[in-house]
Amino acid sequence: MSQPTAQANQPQPDTRAKQHFRGWTPLPSRLNPYLPPIFITLILLIGNLSFGILESYSKTLLAIVTAITFELVLGRIFLHKWPHPASAYITGISVGILLRSPAFWPYALCSALSITSKYALRVQGRHIWNPSNFGICAMLILASQAVASLSIQWGNNFASLVVIWVLGTVIVLRAKRFHITLTYVVSFIALSFLRAHITGDPWQAEIAPITGPMYQLFIFFMITDPKTTVRSRMGQCGVAVAIAVVEFFLRLNSSIYAPLYALFWVGPLALFIEMWIDSHRGRSIASATVPSPEGLRS
Amino acid sequence: MKLSTPAAAPARSGVVARILVTIFFAGLLATPYLMRRFSTGGRTASAQPDSQAALARYGFYLQEVSHTAGIDFVHQAPTLDPKLAAIMPEVSSMGAAVSIVDFDRDGWPDIYVTNSAIGSKNHLYHNNHDGTFTDLAEQMGVADVNRDGTGVSMGAVWGDYDNDGYEDLFLVKWGRPELFHNDHGHGFTRVTDQSGLPTWFNANTAVWFDYDGDGLLDLFVGGYYPEGLDLWHLPSTRMMPESFEYAKNGGRKYLFHNLGNGHFEEVSAKVGIDSRRWALAAAAADLRGTGHPDLFVANDYGVSELYLNDGKHFHEAGAETGIGFAPKSGMNASVGDVFNQGKLDIYVSNISEEGVLIQGNNLWVPKDGPTLKYENLARDLGVELGGWSFGAQFGDLNNDGNLDIYLENGYISLDRKRSYWYDFAKVAGGNSSIIGDAANWPAFDGRSLSGYQQKHVWLNDGAGKFIDVAQAVGATDTYDGRSVVLADLWNRGVLDAVVANQRGPLLIYRNTVTPENDWIEFSLEGTKSNRSAIGAQLTLFWDGKQQVQQVSGGNGFASENDRRIHFGLGKKPQIDKVVIRWPSGAVQTLENLTPDRLYTVKERS
Repeated sequence: MSQPTAQANQPQPDTRAKQHFRGWTPLPSRLNPYLPPIFITLILLIGNLSFGILESYSKTLLAIVTAITFELVLGRIFLHKWPHPASAYITGISVGILLRSPAFWPYALCSALSITSKYALRVQGRHIWNPSNFGICAMLILASQAVASLSIQWGNNFASLVVIWVLGTVIVLRAKRFHITLTYVVSFIALSFLRAHITGDPWQAEIAPITGPMYQLFIFFMITDPKTTVRSRMGQCGVAVAIAVVEFFLRLNSSIYAPLYALFWVGPLALFIEMWIDSHRGRSIASATVPSPEGLRS
Repeated sequence: MKLSTPAAAPARSGVVARILVTIFFAGLLATPYLMRRFSTGGRTASAQPDSQAALARYGFYLQEVSHTAGIDFVHQAPTLDPKLAAIMPEVSSMGAAVSIVDFDRDGWPDIYVTNSAIGSKNHLYHNNHDGTFTDLAEQMGVADVNRDGTGVSMGAVWGDYDNDGYEDLFLVKWGRPELFHNDHGHGFTRVTDQSGLPTWFNANTAVWFDYDGDGLLDLFVGGYYPEGLDLWHLPSTRMMPESFEYAKNGGRKYLFHNLGNGHFEEVSAKVGIDSRRWALAAAAADLRGTGHPDLFVANDYGVSELYLNDGKHFHEAGAETGIGFAPKSGMNASVGDVFNQGKLDIYVSNISEEGVLIQGNNLWVPKDGPTLKYENLARDLGVELGGWSFGAQFGDLNNDGNLDIYLENGYISLDRKRSYWYDFAKVAGGNSSIIGDAANWPAFDGRSLSGYQQKHVWLNDGAGKFIDVAQAVGATDTYDGRSVVLADLWNRGVLDAVVANQRGPLLIYRNTVTPENDWIEFSLEGTKSNRSAIGAQLTLFWDGKQQVQQVSGGNGFASENDRRIHFGLGKKPQIDKVVIRWPSGAVQTLENLTPDRLYTVKERS
């Protein structure tokens, strides 16, 4: 889910890592660009060694290699420098975890779509879709015969839940983005009870998705992406609520991938609104400077 | 002529790059469509059923003849504890099973069918030799086996456990298992109480095989729901799997060692079989040529297990052989030599629902090498996507010399327009504390879940590809298929198909095969080996090819094929020999064989 920095029409990715992590504590500053990749790798390894969450290492490796390759090539063409591979690495690993297919090609294609979307779909020099969210949604819509995501996966037990919550919380706290996660979770739970009231289904059934470890990746690593979220803290919380609300309606319509699709629609819309407001105020578009784990990833 | 300024050049190159990346991006988006359009895997013949066209093009066609054969059986599903009423279609979604047995040794295959509602009757259809069957279950004493308080039938496997020459019946149940002794084809005597079998388990699979080579058939049983549950009187609603991919809270496994006196000793722990995965299907076969039958178990909600047998102990080698890595929803275990290379492959069915869950079925093919390793070639061969798949069987349906696959599918067919998939996926991905309690699941409310699915009859082209010809050859039903068996029901040298459907009719697909293709069949009888010859492997050599098949004591999903082994031979075959490796270790070679004949072979004593 990485992208070139959103500096007007000429992104400067060589400064991106520093920008992404300006909000991080200075102690491990040299390591900061590597912390999110390290954390998500830990999640992957723990999940796979304990539960075998991956279709296979080779498929995940294919997703990672494809993402990094595309990032390097496209970055070189458009930015005239070699981009830092950390964000592409996280995009690849996200694809490896979130995508499910017995075939190899969807992993490569999803990573390629994710990275390329950053360069092809830009508004005012800024890419507007969270790359892995775009890639996975595109695959779910266009290649539904071959892929699935976020359904029946991973341990389903308390231990795996705790591992991801702890690791995810550490990352988003350091990135000063925990408010986004918290707002979304609170919104989701509140709307789950409302949904249960409307549908007559057990509230546990409505809560169930957020208790699944795979869902946590969405909460911690996807909706917190600084490159595809608005700048203000209030705005970020508002977007989180909006995602939960759109997901609410999608779920009432029995959309299995409701959170992914909600982010797919709400994320770009929020950015358009922000751009319009900025334009209206006569301000130039500035890239978000608040770091987050998703920033590296996307 | 207008000259470009130096500053305009990079801007123009940037625009060009932007255009190129946009075109490339559009190409990426179009890739899935192109993949689907030009994919050679999963080819489907879409023609409407036309028997003559199918005969000319594929070499066979199927006609559903159950009614004219005198069979109008409709399966009744169980109704479990009322506490499960909201999700009853899901928790009671199995029980339709069929097995083939020549119970009276008249040389004609008979059909045994299970029923699963309390008070419903199982049926034993005796072959009248004229295209019809007569139900003799009541008369023979194997009909009234689903009485209140004893649970209901989930499957049946036949094996001559006392080597008296007549196949005995083991009834797999959610409830009290039953063993019936075959009284020389004149009736059955219930011998459960003196057999040493447990008083209750909730199982869906059982396999007769002689794991220790003592000439007596032993019995493997794979539990599904925990054996401590009386599904009609549940203490609570916490009876669901703890996970939909990693569940280990299912029923235990049993291995009953035949002591030879009508009594069985449970030895699973002693021999190294210890699992509480949710078993749905099992097959025993000597996969390594050791002379000892290994045991493959397909588990729902988790990985498959492969128990390698050294004759006395089993070693679970699923992960190290490659078949036990990715957790799926295993519902079938069939073995067959797909490539005619003298090696047995394993076909496991799983769930594939477009846009929701793509597990894909597995065709495990052994790799060359000193140790047993498998690779999944289902996708490469085009037998991966089969819907919500259940029972499958290998068999040469057109007698061309290549093993085809007949796959049943379809989970719950209720309201065509409303699906339960969203609710299913919603809860199944959640925490175990939510999943494991049936009370947390949304009500089914008459919705379907992967219902009304078209079946798959995959024809092996002998060159590494299968094509689905189900619709073209007449396998056009869309019932909730569970169990399928292939048998030469009328001794014509062709494999007919019998299908048991959940809450649906028993279907008999009569096969008509082009007369150009020849065949050969073998009926074996063990002497030193178990008399059913279960576990015997036959390798037929003809026209420079070889194909191995095995006498099975239960395979597929809740099913058992005819004891006789059928080989298709193609046109004008030159048969070299058949090599029979008996469970005792004896090897018998037959030469000078003539096509289009059934050979009865007795093990040399």
